[in-house]
Amino acid sequence: MVVRCEEVWHEISNYLEGEVEPAVRAAMEEHFRECKHCTSVLDGTRNVIHLYGDERMVEVPLGFSYRLHRRLEENMAPARRTFLGWMVAAAAAILAAGSFELARSSVFSHPELRSEHAQPGSDVPPDMMVMVETNGKTFHVPGCPFIHDKLKVHTITAREAIGAGYVPCVRCMKKYLSA
Amino acid sequence: MPEEPSSLENPAEQLNNEEVLIRRIRDGERDLFYELIRPYERRVFAAALAILRNEADAEDVAQEAMLKAFKHIRQFRAESRFSTWLIQITVNEARMRRRKEHADIMEPIADRQDEEGNYSPRDFADWREIPLEILERKEVRQELAEALASLGEKYREVFLLRDMQHLSIEDTAKALGISTSSVKTRLLRARLMLRDLLAPGLGGNWSSKLSFAKGAKLW
Repeated sequence: MVVRCEEVWHEISNYLEGEVEPAVRAAMEEHFRECKHCTSVLDGTRNVIHLYGDERMVEVPLGFSYRLHRRLEENMAPARRTFLGWMVAAAAAILAAGSFELARSSVFSHPELRSEHAQPGSDVPPDMMVMVETNGKTFHVPGCPFIHDKLKVHTITAREAIGAGYVPCVRCMKKYLSA
Repeated sequence: MPEEPSSLENPAEQLNNEEVLIRRIRDGERDLFYELIRPYERRVFAAALAILRNEADAEDVAQEAMLKAFKHIRQFRAESRFSTWLIQITVNEARMRRRKEHADIMEPIADRQDEEGNYSPRDFADWREIPLEILERKEVRQELAEALASLGEKYREVFLLRDMQHLSIEDTAKALGISTSSVKTRLLRARLMLRDLLAPGLGGNWSSKLSFAKGAKLW
């Protein structure tokens, strides 16, 4: 069986899926051995599939996971509650806050870090107020000289900062870092 | 690439684990839902982004899809994978959002073309294998995203589900409500169009720039 270039192009996607008849497959392989153009189309198509299929293709925005979990938390609770229900919920919330340290494994164990070089700020007291820059990567003790853009800083708790993927400043947070 | 596209799905062990998680969530352990979705957060965002082409909308739709999955977890049937089901919900949500925003008016002309017409490749530059590390470069990812965004939506959706989300041809057909033969036709076209769009960069510049960069010293 002999196939023309047009026929090869028509089947090239199925070929890559492993979905062509053995006889057609053999004919196509024969064709690829002789036709540089079709080989280039085959290689290129394969590259395209390979590249787009890779996880790295899409970058998730900073803090995506944190915001997702927050939205879920706000909406996953049952819709209507009786007064008693609210009291139970409030008590549960207090308990949950208390056991936050222990339960961190469930929600915030792997925030996406804003900087690849940094280490997560796991030893920073969660309720400590820290400064972050809106588009920055690190959080600081208020007044740290290494805050780059002093106009865009705001104050949040260390817990929130860690949850949003910020990492501790290696200078002003030094005493909390293990290494 | 091996002839069969590699799958990013988890091994069987994880699937069993998923089944257990889903059962426990249905029985009231809501917090386990975070654990259930953690492996798919990126994929859900990617799916919404490919359809909506806008990060803010994609994030919002991703959140809504996750929430919907939680609310309807009882309707999930174990005969399909949880990830497939989740992606399906995301695609539906994204399509609804697109309709709402009338974004379809802005669809590229390519979409109105006859999909049965044969597509002929335009570029025959010699390609070698592209190292995946190239994806660590932002401008490369950007270029790929732009090429994808320029495809008509019916090609983009099929390509997204099959080649980016690694759904089977059958699941892709089901998720989009089209026949498997339409999936195959559109897939062929999407792949060939992307290849043509990317040929100038991927065929030459990018990979040579990459090997140059690896040589560390500039002078």
